[in-house]
Amino acid sequence: MRKQTKNNLITFSGTAVLCFLMAGLSTAGVLDNKTTGLLVPMGIYIILAISLNLTVGILGELSLGHAGFMCIGAYVSGAFSLIFQNTISPVWLRFALAVIFGGIMAAVFGVLIGIPVLRLRGDYLAIVTLGFGEIMKSIANNVYLTMDKNGLHFGFTVPPTNVDEATKQELLKGPIGMAAPQDTNVWIVAVVLLICLAVLMLFIDSRSGRACMAVRDNYIAAQSVGINVTKYRLMAFTLSAAIAGVAGGLYSHSLSLLAAKKFDYNLSILILVFVVLGGLGSLRGSIIATIILYALPELFLRGAGNLRMLLYAIVLVFMMLWTNAPFFIALREKIAASKPVMKLKSVFRRDKSDKSAGGAA
Amino acid sequence: MLSFISYLTSGLSLGSIYALIALGYTMVYGIAKMLNFAHGDIIMVGGYAAFIAMSTSWCPVWLALIISVTVCTVLGVVIEKVAYRPLRSAPPLAVLITAIGVSYLLQNIALLTQTATPKTFKSVAAGAPPFMIVYEGEPPLFFTRLSDSPYKNLTPALTVSMETFLSITVSIVIMVGLTLFINKTKAGKAMLACAEDRGAAQLMGINVNGTISLTFAIGSALAAVAAVLMCSAYPQLTPYTGSMPGIRAFVAAVFGGIGSIPGAMIGGILLGIIELLSKAYISSQISDAILFLVLIVVLIIRPTGIMGKKINEKV
Repeated sequence: MRKQTKNNLITFSGTAVLCFLMAGLSTAGVLDNKTTGLLVPMGIYIILAISLNLTVGILGELSLGHAGFMCIGAYVSGAFSLIFQNTISPVWLRFALAVIFGGIMAAVFGVLIGIPVLRLRGDYLAIVTLGFGEIMKSIANNVYLTMDKNGLHFGFTVPPTNVDEATKQELLKGPIGMAAPQDTNVWIVAVVLLICLAVLMLFIDSRSGRACMAVRDNYIAAQSVGINVTKYRLMAFTLSAAIAGVAGGLYSHSLSLLAAKKFDYNLSILILVFVVLGGLGSLRGSIIATIILYALPELFLRGAGNLRMLLYAIVLVFMMLWTNAPFFIALREKIAASKPVMKLKSVFRRDKSDKSAGGAA
Repeated sequence: MLSFISYLTSGLSLGSIYALIALGYTMVYGIAKMLNFAHGDIIMVGGYAAFIAMSTSWCPVWLALIISVTVCTVLGVVIEKVAYRPLRSAPPLAVLITAIGVSYLLQNIALLTQTATPKTFKSVAAGAPPFMIVYEGEPPLFFTRLSDSPYKNLTPALTVSMETFLSITVSIVIMVGLTLFINKTKAGKAMLACAEDRGAAQLMGINVNGTISLTFAIGSALAAVAAVLMCSAYPQLTPYTGSMPGIRAFVAAVFGGIGSIPGAMIGGILLGIIELLSKAYISSQISDAILFLVLIVVLIIRPTGIMGKKINEKV
């Protein structure tokens, strides 16, 4: 078995076990309400983090507008569910269609945005994606959609006026947001998370994924060996957008009321932090980092109140210094070479013959 | 017509504040090649420093401004020394995350010490007469109080407040001073040299670390001035006051071509005018969307901004 395949299998099965274990525990009522309430958003954040890792880690482009794609997915699928709430009868079918539709619309926007934006590189691309996210947020914040017996009425910045008062249903309410049916549960998030993870793994391990990595490592060299740079960049960007849209669809169906101001650039930054701290290009890292960074402060630092974000900020800065600053690198080497650590290491060290026998396949 | 001029002057004043902030972004980017996300929060710290100084009974406005500038300068240099300097050779994303961490840190310290309740900032020009009043069909009046004006029973068609006048004048003075400083003094030329090629500058005997510290000091001092001007015009002060103007100024810097000092000035002023005009004539709710849309269009037409240099990649 190839090393990459083996790694992927380990990550996938580990995630699957964890997902279903948590879902099972919460259904069985072992976990308290607080922890159960964390599972759905955590799963959604994991989906977002692994999809952003495709853009930032595999494609090597800094995107600060991931929340924008999530916003499209959330609004499109939420509106879809609200419109067809009484027409498509099995709930699961309507919900599945809504989430898929949200993902497709996010992908369409990914292509539309990607074509102009991917002409830029580096910091310019980052700022344009940030701008895109903010545009999506402020558009979503001003959209009004009302349904009555004559059909749909659409309003921008002001509610539509020519509606039939008796049968009207306000679906999207501008800055107030929308109240999509709450269909998302832990099991659905777990299944969707695993599907997204599998899709991303297959993409990264495919010819296209390797082409993306070649573009990341050396743009000009990749171009000169005949890789269609624009095509692969656009492909990865769109896939990342589509998965973010799916995550948005799950998100809008998990809240009783969703307002567009949630999708600001702080959300994009939060996901970016998960990706960077988990390790660029490593899906496993993104998953672990999201779990640690999202769940631990919620579970253990809740009592710390306002201090929580302060500690988070300090940890963020310190972790970056710890991994990158020359002073800390020297310190780490010093600790690693010190006597007690060496002793500890020798306890865990395996014999060389043992290792080569295991890895011969 | 007069209302258009009134929007234009407010846009100009807002734009000159953005330009001051954008200068900080662009100078730091030019020299340290990093996006300093914490710059917006330095504005907020400057605002609080001036607010606290002015809320004491003995502190005059000029002293509050000096205190604010000093606090921000020291803060900028300390942040650079503690958080950014050790990461000089680290990958850009690590530096970016650090800057975001510093930004969160400043916001949360402010949240803990000053609480989230908005503070009402006392304008530096409080009590001063408006700079200019124009009545329909009359010549404009300068520095006249509304109560002293000869036409006080009429409604003025155009009022340019003292704050607007001050922002524009102060910004122009600072921009001229900064341009002279960079082009005429040794320290300024050292900054240009570091921006061009840090390694070569070091070989020529330039103190690179000192120059980068100086850049952060100047950028943060400008942010403090911008903070006082901005809070005078828009007197709400919260721990998140700095983040949106910070992002807009960042957009302005990119708009003008990040790393270019004249670009930041032009970008800032244009952005302020676009924001105010779109608020006035299109819709105040989607002015942000229009702002970013203009940015995207500009970058698609000119991928390195208005004044940015095009760098050809070598293999």
